[in-house]
Amino acid sequence: MPKKVVSGNYAAAYAVKHARVEVVAAYPITPQTSIIEKIAEFIANGEVENLQYVPVESEHSAMAACIGASATGARTFTATSAQGLALMHEMLHWAAGARLPIVMVDVNRAMAPPWSVWDDQTDSLSQRDTGWLQFYAENNQEVYDGVLMAFKIAEHEKVNLPVMIVESAFILSHTYDVVDMPEQEEIDEFLPPRKPLYTLTDFENPFSVGALGTPADYYEFRYKIAKAMEEAKKVIKEVGKEYGERFGRDYSQMIELYRTDDAEIVFMGMGSLMGTVKEAVDILRSEGYKVGAAKVRWFRPFPREELYELAKNVEGIAVLDRNFSFGQEGILFNEAKGVLYNTDARPIMKNYIVGLGGRDLTVNDVKAIAKNMKEIIEKGKLDREIEWYHLKR
Amino acid sequence: MELPADVKKKLTLPFEEHFYAGHTACQGCGAALGLRYVLKAYGGKAIFTIPACCSTIIAGPWPYTALNAPLFHTAFETTGAVISGIEAALKAKGYKVKGEDGIMVVGWAGDGGTADIGLQALSGFLERGHDALYIMYDNEAYMNTGIQRSSSTPYGAWTTNTPGGKKHFLEQRPKKKVIDIVIAHKPAYAATASVAYPEDFMRKLKKAQTIKGPAFIQLFAPCPTGWRSPTDKTIEIARLAVQTAYFPLFEYENGKYKINMPSPNKEPKPLEEFLKLQGRFKYMTKEDIETLQEWVLREWEELKKKAEVFG
Repeated sequence: MPKKVVSGNYAAAYAVKHARVEVVAAYPITPQTSIIEKIAEFIANGEVENLQYVPVESEHSAMAACIGASATGARTFTATSAQGLALMHEMLHWAAGARLPIVMVDVNRAMAPPWSVWDDQTDSLSQRDTGWLQFYAENNQEVYDGVLMAFKIAEHEKVNLPVMIVESAFILSHTYDVVDMPEQEEIDEFLPPRKPLYTLTDFENPFSVGALGTPADYYEFRYKIAKAMEEAKKVIKEVGKEYGERFGRDYSQMIELYRTDDAEIVFMGMGSLMGTVKEAVDILRSEGYKVGAAKVRWFRPFPREELYELAKNVEGIAVLDRNFSFGQEGILFNEAKGVLYNTDARPIMKNYIVGLGGRDLTVNDVKAIAKNMKEIIEKGKLDREIEWYHLKR
Repeated sequence: MELPADVKKKLTLPFEEHFYAGHTACQGCGAALGLRYVLKAYGGKAIFTIPACCSTIIAGPWPYTALNAPLFHTAFETTGAVISGIEAALKAKGYKVKGEDGIMVVGWAGDGGTADIGLQALSGFLERGHDALYIMYDNEAYMNTGIQRSSSTPYGAWTTNTPGGKKHFLEQRPKKKVIDIVIAHKPAYAATASVAYPEDFMRKLKKAQTIKGPAFIQLFAPCPTGWRSPTDKTIEIARLAVQTAYFPLFEYENGKYKINMPSPNKEPKPLEEFLKLQGRFKYMTKEDIETLQEWVLREWEELKKKAEVFG
């Protein structure tokens, strides 16, 4: 299997090429730009065929152009970050509502002001309710695999919803690492051409998409999306399993569990910071701590069942959120806690707000968090529910 | 239905209908008439994109459609971007776009969705040179939301947010010349048209089909509901708009301007003839009318100059 040393952004661009994407509409924003630059380079070098590249005048138009292209039957891709994603927001609802399997890479970047180009998950998590599936990549390999799987999942007849693949600003987007890329023929077998649910080229049987839905009908349109999201869980597991069988990396679990079998304390989080957490787990294990890591790969649909199974057997969960919902708490923490409320799995849960705006979370930080969690478990009582871990005092 | 040959010979427009009865336009709606002509011109082989505007409603609620052509409803400000994406997808998939047997990609948007919120996407579409047609049907206000002023509303007009009254708070700004902004992009083709002159409109639609690159048509489409005008006066008002030079018909192609007959040959008719048929202008003072008349004649002179110099 060919290996390449590439950045997270180039990994995404190669996946777009290998997925035989037909239309890319995108607008530049740091740190997303090298994705669309690389795709333009593929076109300029004649390395891709039949790929139309639309250099739009804004992210709002990027998503609108993707919507037009996808509704015309094309396999469609875009990429953005932070402010760009926020500008797209209206059209993210539109893409899901029109049941269009667009795939987008969002490079997690902090929202301004103050200006920041560094890693923070609040941009993508603010799009939680748009009807997009969300996958958080830990490393460049997962960016690549995620994009390939995203098309297969999005275009699945039971799903027909857009998918967002999320990677960290700079930590992944601009950091080089080895990425395995299957041969094109193998990918073609895994990901055949798209069979659209509908296309605007049907002149024999013309119809309208997105017409006024009165109170007598709108409600069922929403229910169908809710149902497709539930179906997507099965599809994700199937596609993740198939990916593992074909290419050796299994993604059948929506939450990746790391040394959790006999763990008392589990660190839960998403994205690149989980790489650091896993390393810390190994060190803590060697020091006698019974710790593990639970990396939430898919935030939407939310892996409720898998979280329950995990929570049944642990004493404490430290949720690491590189994001925050003002007036409430970390977003993953909020979701995870909510899922467990109506179950018999009620471990102690504490929310650590970490790494906002790209501040580093180090192995020593995770070790300190482990110590804090251990004390809490011994006392059987939380010191506080939400801790802004890095706060300068 | 087959027509007798002698009747058929006299027809100046395609007989076949692709805009069906059961649509929900108001009586005397200029926009509905315009949409009917566009569908006739392309024989249903066009993909329509309609943003938030009256036509969203006119086309019919789910699961109905009055258009015998594929139609994508989209958000207010996105027409230019969505037609760009449709065109790109058609090209990627190897479809023939435009030409006699090709697919027409048509954006059909109101003046608010074009001159205001959709101006950026329109600019992007024109600048990038997509093979599609953008039609702005101009009824000079946000009619679908209940007659609020847009930048295409003329000086002196009553709307629900320029309501006149004691302080005389009528529209105070001149009509934005969207067509000039479009032409500044040097598009392949730009034209004005009017529902009162369907043959001229049809010829322009055909032109947009054969020419390579982006095309734009600004279609004058009276709105009896918003203009407070009798529903049987739509055509008369639209005709007077041309005859008074309030909305002259012209084309821009390859850097050249051409004024189309029936724009005024000699002196335009007095503007008042156009104004007096519409309740929206009834609050204008004599001075207001003079101001608007002056603006109309100055714009008309400017257009004639352009046609003279760049004809």
